[in-house]
Amino acid sequence: MTAASAPVIEFRGVGLTYPGPPPVAALRPCELTIERGEFVAVVGPSGSGKSTFLNIAGLLDGPTSGTYLLDGIDTGALRDADRTALRGRRIGFVFQSFHLLPQRSAVENVTLAMVYNGAPRRDRVPLARRALERVGLGHRIDALPTRLSGGERQRVAIARALVARPSLLLCDEPTGNLDTANAESVLALLEELHADGMTVLVITHDPLVAARAERTVAIRDGVLSDGPEMPETPNTPETPSSEAVA
Amino acid sequence: MKGAIGARSLIRARTPRAAAEHRIPPSVFGWRDVLSESLAGMLQRPARSALTALGTVLGVGTFVAILGLTATASAQIDTRFNALSATEVSIEDVAHEQDEFAGLAFPADADARIGRLHGVEHAGVYWPVRLDPDTPVRSSPVGDGSTGTQSGIDVVAASPGVFAAAGTRLAEGRVYDAYASDQAAPVAVIGAGVAERLGITTLETHPAIFIGSRPFTVTGIVSATDRKADLLLSVVVPRTTAERIWGAPESGGAKMLVSTRLGAATQIAHEAATALRPDHPAYFKVVPPPDPRALRTGVGDDLSRLFLLLAAICLVIGAVGIANTTLVAVLERTGEIGLRRALGARGRHITVQFLAESAALGTLGGLVGTSLGVLTVVTVAAIRDWTPVIHPATAATAPAIGLLTGLLAGLYPAWRAARVEPAEALRR
Ligand SMILES: Nc1ncnc2c1ncn2[C@@H]1O[C@H](COP(=O)(O)OP(=O)(O)OP(=O)(O)O)[C@@H](O)[C@H]1O
Ligand SMILES: [Mg+2]
Repeated sequence: MTAASAPVIEFRGVGLTYPGPPPVAALRPCELTIERGEFVAVVGPSGSGKSTFLNIAGLLDGPTSGTYLLDGIDTGALRDADRTALRGRRIGFVFQSFHLLPQRSAVENVTLAMVYNGAPRRDRVPLARRALERVGLGHRIDALPTRLSGGERQRVAIARALVARPSLLLCDEPTGNLDTANAESVLALLEELHADGMTVLVITHDPLVAARAERTVAIRDGVLSDGPEMPETPNTPETPSSEAVA
Repeated sequence: MKGAIGARSLIRARTPRAAAEHRIPPSVFGWRDVLSESLAGMLQRPARSALTALGTVLGVGTFVAILGLTATASAQIDTRFNALSATEVSIEDVAHEQDEFAGLAFPADADARIGRLHGVEHAGVYWPVRLDPDTPVRSSPVGDGSTGTQSGIDVVAASPGVFAAAGTRLAEGRVYDAYASDQAAPVAVIGAGVAERLGITTLETHPAIFIGSRPFTVTGIVSATDRKADLLLSVVVPRTTAERIWGAPESGGAKMLVSTRLGAATQIAHEAATALRPDHPAYFKVVPPPDPRALRTGVGDDLSRLFLLLAAICLVIGAVGIANTTLVAVLERTGEIGLRRALGARGRHITVQFLAESAALGTLGGLVGTSLGVLTVVTVAAIRDWTPVIHPATAATAPAIGLLTGLLAGLYPAWRAARVEPAEALRR
């Protein structure tokens, strides 16, 4: 059970510079540790490097410097195929624009998360149904995304992110396309998942969303700093939740 | 808890674990998932899929229809041809090639000699009688001399067996028999065409004809034959009579017509020369029935080739259509590709998915095209009252051609799809 006690995310001098020309230092080398079970908000203005950070954390992009350990595994030492497998099994993504397949029902969209990680076919629908019940959509599993409200669509997306039991839930502006009521229901759901022990990382530029998280990381012009609006004093991450997990 | 702390301190000591140590199970894309994803991709946009597959449908359909119709038509020719030609052996006198002074190679009892062979139904010797082209042929009694006299009428010497072997049917009278032939009697059987030219309408008046100055009693008028249709336009006299009056035929002119039971012809062709002249079998050239396999006409004529070319063009157009739609789909579904990559799909899984989709489209087109092609062949055959023939290979290959078309068409789009950067794709 080493993975269970290693931090979910550990950045050691991780940075990313887009080659350009001109080269853009989207994320300056930084240190960051996120422990299991934390609920962290990453805030910053537009263009500050939030999505870049998420792409690195989600193994969609590799850092140009530093070492990224996910669940204690050095992701830089992995072959591409292993990184892909790790992404599929350990990370659940929730996107601002949902990314649901419009022609497939809610339950079919959720089962898609189990196609590539080897879940037996007969288990998929029951698992997907359970995940949809979990997010409060047990009554709409056969609905097409086009027939769902924005909040409901985002819940389907969250169910899809959850169903493969990832160690980390990465949300990029999950409420960006939602009105206040729908945003509230999604946030409540994320809080609930956190309360159940899930590690949740939410990217947002909305201070109200950030206020719901128990910890905030700020990015400004590619510089990552722990705690809100304090770019000059990057403090070492506290480790409050090791007991909470155990 | 102790073990856990140990592990953490290990990480702190900068000894990150290698992938193998963690045994990350690789991403998979099982064949049933490939199948269901590609079918879903096709069925979820039915109208577009149908339009995309249209080119392949036309190409494969034309292909099947052309090959099917060609096979049907040539099978039709084959059966008509076979019934007569498979039971016919023809023997030529080539004695002069062996020996300049050989004379007529067929013995007097040639009909009987061949008739003894197993499987022979009828046999007879015949040759065209060489006459001065101006030799008049006229009928008697003559009502009107100006119409009753003709020249340039063919005279054929034939043993009685020729009539039976040729499947002759008479409008009136009968053919001369072996007795008349043995006696070298001055008798003749005339074709319906000759009878008309000579103004002979009935045998009740016992008409006679004169070839030159020699009279012949007309014993019958031929109305139809299965073989040797030239008998209809000839005056036929017994070979013995012809030999006595005009002498032996010119070298190489004599032939023998043999009709056989079905299946016996090849064997008879083998034995005939020896049966006729055990002393000089080389005096004969035996022509057996044509090999039925050689008859099976392939896609020979130009029109079929043209249509096959059109089918190929349709297939190319179909392939371009599928390639185009798949490429558009790749661009359109960039978000989906990014999502699948985020869910653990490898680049090659994306390739396989798009390839499978275009292959499924091609196969669908191939199947529908095959059905339409078969339907066309069956319909045409029904209208013409033919037996529809479609070679099993054609029916089996056609959907495979569709599949291949789809696969080829999908190569480039699928390759493009795999190169989509997941981070880039998800930005949309
Ligand atoms: N592929 C790329 N090549 C070059 N520069 C890039 C690339 N992607 C992003 N950038 C730049 O990196 C910086 C950070 O971009 P990023 O998308 O991370 O911002 P963000 O914080 O997510 O902004 P937003 O809130 O608007 O989504 C920006 O200046 C952007 O222009
Ligand atoms: Mg962004």
